[in-house]
Amino acid sequence: MPDTFTFLMDGRSVVATAGQSILEAAEAGGIYVPRLCHKPGLVPWGACRICTVRMNDRPCAACTQPAVPGSVVENDTEELRAYRRTLVEMLFVEGNHFCMLCEKSGNCELQALAYRLGVTAPRAPYFFQARDIDASHPDIILDRNRCIQCARCIRTSKDLDGKNVFGFLGRGTAKRIGVNARVRLRDTEVDLTDLSLDACPVGALLRKREGFRVPVGDRLYDLEPIGSDIERNSP
Amino acid sequence: MTATSESRSPSVDPTLEEVVETIDRHGNERTSLMHVLRDIQERHRCVSPGAQSLVAEVMGIPRVEVEGFVSFYSFLSEEPWGDIVIRVCDDVPDRMRGFERVLSAFREAVGVEVGRTSADGITLTTTASIGLSDQAPAALVNDVPVTELSTDKVHRIVEALRSHRDPKKLVTLLGDGNNAHPLVRSMVKNNLMHPGPLIFSPVSRGQAIRRATRVSPAEVIRQVKAARLRGRGGAGFPTGMKWEFTRASLGERKFVICNADEGEPGTFKDRVILTERPDRVFSGMTVAGYAIGAQEGIVYLRAEYQYLRAYLEAVLAQRRSDGLLGRDIVGRPGFHFDIRIQMGAGAYVCGEETALIRSCEGRAGEPLNRPPFPAEHGFLGCPTSVNNVETYCCIAKILEEGAAAFNEYGTPESAGTKVLSISGDCLKPGIYEVAFGITLHTMLEMCGAEDARAVQVGGPSGSLVGPTDFHRRICFNDLPTGGSMIVFGPDRDLLSVVYAFAEFFADESCGYCTPCRVGTQLILRYLERLRAGRAEASDIEELRRTARTMKTTSRCGLGSTACNPVLTSMERFPELYAPVDDHPDAYRRSFDLPRAVAEAERLSGRTSRGEHVEQGYHA
Repeated sequence: MPDTFTFLMDGRSVVATAGQSILEAAEAGGIYVPRLCHKPGLVPWGACRICTVRMNDRPCAACTQPAVPGSVVENDTEELRAYRRTLVEMLFVEGNHFCMLCEKSGNCELQALAYRLGVTAPRAPYFFQARDIDASHPDIILDRNRCIQCARCIRTSKDLDGKNVFGFLGRGTAKRIGVNARVRLRDTEVDLTDLSLDACPVGALLRKREGFRVPVGDRLYDLEPIGSDIERNSP
Repeated sequence: MTATSESRSPSVDPTLEEVVETIDRHGNERTSLMHVLRDIQERHRCVSPGAQSLVAEVMGIPRVEVEGFVSFYSFLSEEPWGDIVIRVCDDVPDRMRGFERVLSAFREAVGVEVGRTSADGITLTTTASIGLSDQAPAALVNDVPVTELSTDKVHRIVEALRSHRDPKKLVTLLGDGNNAHPLVRSMVKNNLMHPGPLIFSPVSRGQAIRRATRVSPAEVIRQVKAARLRGRGGAGFPTGMKWEFTRASLGERKFVICNADEGEPGTFKDRVILTERPDRVFSGMTVAGYAIGAQEGIVYLRAEYQYLRAYLEAVLAQRRSDGLLGRDIVGRPGFHFDIRIQMGAGAYVCGEETALIRSCEGRAGEPLNRPPFPAEHGFLGCPTSVNNVETYCCIAKILEEGAAAFNEYGTPESAGTKVLSISGDCLKPGIYEVAFGITLHTMLEMCGAEDARAVQVGGPSGSLVGPTDFHRRICFNDLPTGGSMIVFGPDRDLLSVVYAFAEFFADESCGYCTPCRVGTQLILRYLERLRAGRAEASDIEELRRTARTMKTTSRCGLGSTACNPVLTSMERFPELYAPVDDHPDAYRRSFDLPRAVAEAERLSGRTSRGEHVEQGYHA
């Protein structure tokens, strides 16, 4: 393989190809870099900042930073774990996340990441912001209370579904998911076969009438911590 | 409404024909979106949901992106405003000079609360820095700046607006210099207290371009490097190197962009440079075009400086007719370069170069991931060099008089001069062009503030320093600054200053990344507790942890510097962050019981009685 090179992550040698991000290269080598807004197949976004690593001591997002030959990358250090815990806590206090009442519990990446990183109760004060729910569509619900602004639905709709069902509105903490219609989701070109409906890492975008199809306790992250599938590929 | 006010204020919804005509006038391209929507906003006092649908349809842009655009910029609105919009500046220098009094006077005179519109169509709102900190308190009435406000002046202004409804007629006494130019006609003053040898020296029009075109582009870049010029916007990146990258990048089209979106609270130097030395700025841009091989230049002008636009357009037109812009410039065959003005619409984050580029492209001003850098992949994917207004002046000066004459001033690492915008508690606020390397002591002497308690160097994204640091030098490797210098006198409550800056960043965060979007809000909450005397030691620790997380993990410079007011004041004024003592009965002082039950009281329609609620647990 002529255009491969290696870099060092937490003391392990990782093989990368030119243009590959740190996160992708690590993942291919069986190393899990915690993340939320990244999803394979979508344009790297760099918004959640959970995947922050240090490359040659400089902090950067592993999902958007191309791997650099011979670089030294820190990933699973106490410093970075602490930042990641703070970021996960930030997302919990900003939105209204009531896991015990959420259909996504057990399949939720935010919840799973909190468990993996050891976040129990956030130390920061909750915002308790009033956020809109769009239940206009007969088969889909958009609950902005649980949205973490990762843009996975936006990117999936645009790049994989070839539509523009979703987009961001506003700025700052008022930033929110809008829909491509004057008011409601039911007036957009959204379709039940759209991949965007399965892109949400949390319970903000759900299909209706699918609750408890898989019992709590048998769900993805009930069985093993998030990232385990990646780590199983470890050489 | 009366018949006259109806004729004054057309329906909130434009017709399809009108939208088509507006789009045709600006060109049906995504890059025209800002100017199209600004026109609709101006004419209809809003960009209504109906207008958004029409624009989306005619321009072939997803509607949600048009809505996202309108909701991102503070000078655009989905809800109709009055035909007169008064924006009172709530920046720190304004707060130090009576913003609260002035705002109350406006509320009283207009007869509405902030954010509301009076029955006769006057909207009252507040806004971040409008570049008039040296003549605060100030406000914008539509595009017209009104300065040095007092409560009396406010009442006179509102009365006058009610009689003639023409903000331009509020200007009776004209400012100095080109503020009195027929195309500006503004009451704004330059307050050019200390014009230095480089930026504000007389301009010999066209000389820089003629000298540049006598040598090769590579030689021009060599001269800029020999002058050791570094960017004046704050980051201090070597300009010659940036140009070299941009020149080396492959691309048929390349762009030169001038960042005239100075939004850092307390800064106003670019306003004065654009007012008094626009020719030097445009010369610098033209030289940049020659050096990197670009034919198109864009000035991204902040919305707050709309009142300078007609004048700047006239300067550009004059340069075209003088052969200093356009085709075969200064008679050199094949050297084509022109400049257009792109307006902003009220977003601090657009001062960040990749956000600025996004905004030029007709999108919400969210910064981009780097790499790639604009030098490689900038405006419309083309190699682009973005430089500050003052940087372009430096370039023109370097070409006019040579690198050696330029780095006669300053220090080895920080060559040349720096234009400072000094405001706050000093006798002579205004513009000071000083050689890099002067100490803060010297600066404070110059502006009449020897008794200062602290100086905010480089605005809120810079650092707050106290007297023990006044011996330090203003330069890139000691105390760097983009130009904003806010002086605080001995009696200033610094914690309220830190809080005001925190509010600013919370308002201006684009919301893209977690640490900035949430962190700016958390800082506000912790500071509120601190100011209320309820912060425990753990709150101070959480505040520090939040700020450090923002510093390290934010995506762009806004987020990584938004924590600076907290971090630098914690370091230099630790006494501001004294937690309340532990309470002997272990109740958390940070817990505000009356506030915690307020919502429940409202919902249940009854109040919680008993002293423990009315006074809190530990009154």
